[in-house]
Amino acid sequence: MNKSLAEKFYYYMKLGREFELRAKEEYMKGNIGGFLHLAIGEEGTHVGAILGFGNGEFFVHYRDHVYAIARGISPKLLMAELFGKITGVSKGKGGSMHFYSSKFNFYGGNAIVGAHIPHAVGLAYAKKYLGKSDGVMVAFGDGSTNSGNFYESLNLAAVYQVPLLFFCENNYYAIGTRIDRVSAFKDLYKKAKDYMIAIQIDGMDVFEVYRAVSLAKEYIQEEGKPYFIEALTYRYESHSMSDSGDYRSPRELKIAKEKDPIDNLLKKAFKESLLTKEFVEEIDRKVEIEIEEAVEFALNSKEPDLEELYKDIFCED
Amino acid sequence: MLYRDALKKAIDELMEIDDTIVILGEDVGFYGGNYRVTDGLFSKYGEKRVIDTPIAENSIVGNAIGMAFGGLRPVVEIMTVNFSLLAYDQIVNQLAKIRYMSGGDICIPLTIRMPQGVAKQLAAQHSQSFERIFASIPGLKVFTASDSITAYYGLKQAILSDDPVIFLEHLLLYSQDFLFYEINDFDITKQRIVKSGENITLVSCLKILHDSLEAVKEVEKKLGITVEVIELTSLSPLNLDLVYESVKKTKRLVVVSEEPKTGSFTSEIITKVMENCFYYLDAPPLRITAEDTPTPYNRKLELFSIPTPDKIATKIINWGREHGL
Ligand SMILES: Cc1ncc(C[n+]2csc(CCOP(=O)(O)OP(=O)(O)O)c2C)c(N)n1
Ligand SMILES: [Mg+2]
Repeated sequence: MNKSLAEKFYYYMKLGREFELRAKEEYMKGNIGGFLHLAIGEEGTHVGAILGFGNGEFFVHYRDHVYAIARGISPKLLMAELFGKITGVSKGKGGSMHFYSSKFNFYGGNAIVGAHIPHAVGLAYAKKYLGKSDGVMVAFGDGSTNSGNFYESLNLAAVYQVPLLFFCENNYYAIGTRIDRVSAFKDLYKKAKDYMIAIQIDGMDVFEVYRAVSLAKEYIQEEGKPYFIEALTYRYESHSMSDSGDYRSPRELKIAKEKDPIDNLLKKAFKESLLTKEFVEEIDRKVEIEIEEAVEFALNSKEPDLEELYKDIFCED
Repeated sequence: MLYRDALKKAIDELMEIDDTIVILGEDVGFYGGNYRVTDGLFSKYGEKRVIDTPIAENSIVGNAIGMAFGGLRPVVEIMTVNFSLLAYDQIVNQLAKIRYMSGGDICIPLTIRMPQGVAKQLAAQHSQSFERIFASIPGLKVFTASDSITAYYGLKQAILSDDPVIFLEHLLLYSQDFLFYEINDFDITKQRIVKSGENITLVSCLKILHDSLEAVKEVEKKLGITVEVIELTSLSPLNLDLVYESVKKTKRLVVVSEEPKTGSFTSEIITKVMENCFYYLDAPPLRITAEDTPTPYNRKLELFSIPTPDKIATKIINWGREHGL
């Protein structure tokens, strides 16, 4: 593990966390509406995956903020989207669950559980067909691994032999239902292992996620085959902004927080002298300013004109 | 009584007396239901009767059909109508067809409850209304619940029906408190007059019915007339006798819906009224619907895309003035 990597990890994880903490605050103030699914606690998984994968297209379900940040999309555009402004990454039409940016090879933000997985198979097929070798990654929750879309995609990715990384973020819950109550397997990678190489990793450790994903990326590119990673992680907040949360015990939450991915990173990085205290403080200041600027940008941006309602339905208007 | 409590009361009372009734859906059991309709039923009836399913809508409905073959009376909750599309194959190719294809041999007493509509900034994949999507499929009954009365009596009728019923609820009604009283001869298939009047017949259902009722106050004040409001409680079977009777009296029809305009269920109502009351009409029917666009996240655009009480009132007033009121 090198220094510059550790620095990147810290920067994006911190930026992701502060972005979401602020989004939560702005939601309470009424500046953000609708569903807001926070990934606080899952930053190691999200940042490690994006940085480990590098180039290539990426698909994800609605819990998409930190992925988008790690991808390098400006927090200004993302915050403006949460505020529903025309300057937002989806022009204020998508909101929290629907960040899209083809420039960043970021294909959403999908709010139908499991529905984006077949899209990733199709895109991987297209890339293979067109002779492009950088692969595709699709992230999804534990909940979608019980859906038909998921199994159909595992099968087809293996049949087509496409360079696709299936990235399952297992945070143990689909809203208020614990995964082992509705899944025949508690270890979700087992669902994929007859179709492709499938492994389980500690998603609270950004180094491990990064390592596993970069190796997987190499594999899918070189072999032209799919690969499956299950990252064990945990969300600290409620499913969206509004569930009761009493389906998890305080003890369970406390144990999860002891493995906090950011603390975890700092501990390791200090021990191995990958990060300095000064650097961390500098990043904290930088992040604070960036978030402040993002909120300011969002606040000062215009709402879409009413005419916007009718735009973007078709390419040819 | 809260709308969600009325729904629960209907399910609970029937489950108490009939142990073939089971509930299935995502988060319906231990968690208590995403909209708390089934809250408490898991502890009361246990996990064999209140079944937490994975996120697998096609299997939820498919399994429920099999359960019905086996003598159970399943009540399915699909978290929102948007996800019913993942079960649309089971609903349309299976549920709606099997009784017919078996020459009447096999009954499927299955109810699928689900909320629909625009709530608040849930964006395009979570804001749809599907009256037309289900009511146009022969073999399905389609009921709606606009307040606690139809929620309670209607859902009971749906569950007790030996046929498949799609039971549409609205996201924004669950925590609304509605007047509740006992009715002896309730029949959801007949539609329901919620307010009588003389000069306009307004037909609507679900949340937009309440917006229409609010708009009607303004319309009556401004035009100095009275409006008869009919709640559409059953889209299939579609018995519009009450509407015909009313239109023959008022000579004017307004239909209000949250569906996008083109091909919306309002078209079906207007067509039937034209077929049956053409010579009675003093004005072309007025149709007030959502715009023909996906629903945007931005709140201002979202409100612009659907009928609101103000817009409903203005449209009816302008139309009324244009046509002799
Ligand atoms: C097809 C479908 N069914 C139901 C829902 C409602 N829903 C939204 S999120 C969710 C839970 C998904 O959990 P998981 O896949 O584990 O992702 P997580 O929220 O934990 O990131 C459900 C059931 C949906 N969006 N789409
Ligand atoms: Mg989950």
